[in-house]
Amino acid sequence: MMKSDDCLKVLARHVTERDIVLPVYSTAFDWIAIRPHPLNYLAHGAMGLASSHGLGLALGRPEQRVIVLDGDGSLLMNLGSLVTIAEAAPRNFIHFVCENGTYEANGGHPIPNRDRVDFAGFARAAGYRSVHAFSDLTHFEQQVGAVLDEEGPVFIDLKVMPSGPQNRDYSLLHGAAARAATREALRAG
Amino acid sequence: MQHAPASAADAPRGSSIIRAIEASGVAFIVSVPDITTSEGLLRPLVQRASGAGPRLIRVCKEDEGVGICAGLSYCDKRALLLIQQTGMLDSINAIRGVAVEYELPICMMVGLLEKEPGVPPRQSRRYGVRIVEPILDAMGIPYHEIETEADVAKIAPVIDDAYADSHPTVLLIGRRPATS
Repeated sequence: MMKSDDCLKVLARHVTERDIVLPVYSTAFDWIAIRPHPLNYLAHGAMGLASSHGLGLALGRPEQRVIVLDGDGSLLMNLGSLVTIAEAAPRNFIHFVCENGTYEANGGHPIPNRDRVDFAGFARAAGYRSVHAFSDLTHFEQQVGAVLDEEGPVFIDLKVMPSGPQNRDYSLLHGAAARAATREALRAG
Repeated sequence: MQHAPASAADAPRGSSIIRAIEASGVAFIVSVPDITTSEGLLRPLVQRASGAGPRLIRVCKEDEGVGICAGLSYCDKRALLLIQQTGMLDSINAIRGVAVEYELPICMMVGLLEKEPGVPPRQSRRYGVRIVEPILDAMGIPYHEIETEADVAKIAPVIDDAYADSHPTVLLIGRRPATS
């Protein structure tokens, strides 16, 4: 089991200036502290939809890499998107799930069947081109560069511990200013 | 409002609707199949998608489509979400958050399952049809009835307006489009 913010710090070293990143809930608060950037696409409007927004972005900007940092509770709300994404098969689509076993932003309650559910198995069965799972930070650090260079859609299950206490100011994610900054950055190319 | 009795000759033509969609610059059709539009609209769109027509993205559930259309809108790509009213009702929270609160141009073409041809949606005998327009009113989403061939002329301006002013819109397909 890895610390979520340790994983994100490792990942941030491999994210380029043109990559579009969609982090959700507790991961989003960790991510924007680690890597504030106008191409962080933070406003998803409803729980579970990050992967779908990401697919739209990947289709609309095929020359840019789109990295979704999903949550396990969020992905469970939109499992069908795995099948949709696998059929659309955007080569620039990288889909992480930060699997902490809880609805962390909603009180830390466990996700259903958390000791047995297999997110990598979901992605593999849905038809993702490439699927990985990491529970050891050193191993992740060694592999992440190569994984990000793979042809998408790629799925990576990160087995992490909950982030712990956070100052969750949701206006940083959903506010008009954040959305305008993302739009402006995308229009700037 | 009194509607004239329906006749099959009044039905909008699928080919006309497709021309209007393409004229509005829609590059992606995002869809869960809908009984009302299956033959007259979706099937010919599938055929066109393999050529010069808009790309078809099949989704498992309608709220996915709301997110996909939102992401595309950030890339200045136009999309149309082609669904049934049952799917629209199932996606109310996504439409609320993404389309309405974020003021995004989510354009939905919604087949009204089991609406009687020529009968206004609010006067339908079907509860699932009658509630559609009041719900859209409550959400502040503009909608437009496409019941006859003459109504097809509304489509391109409605889509243009949604993208120009960045707001959601709904085109209600009230009867099966003709296949020829």
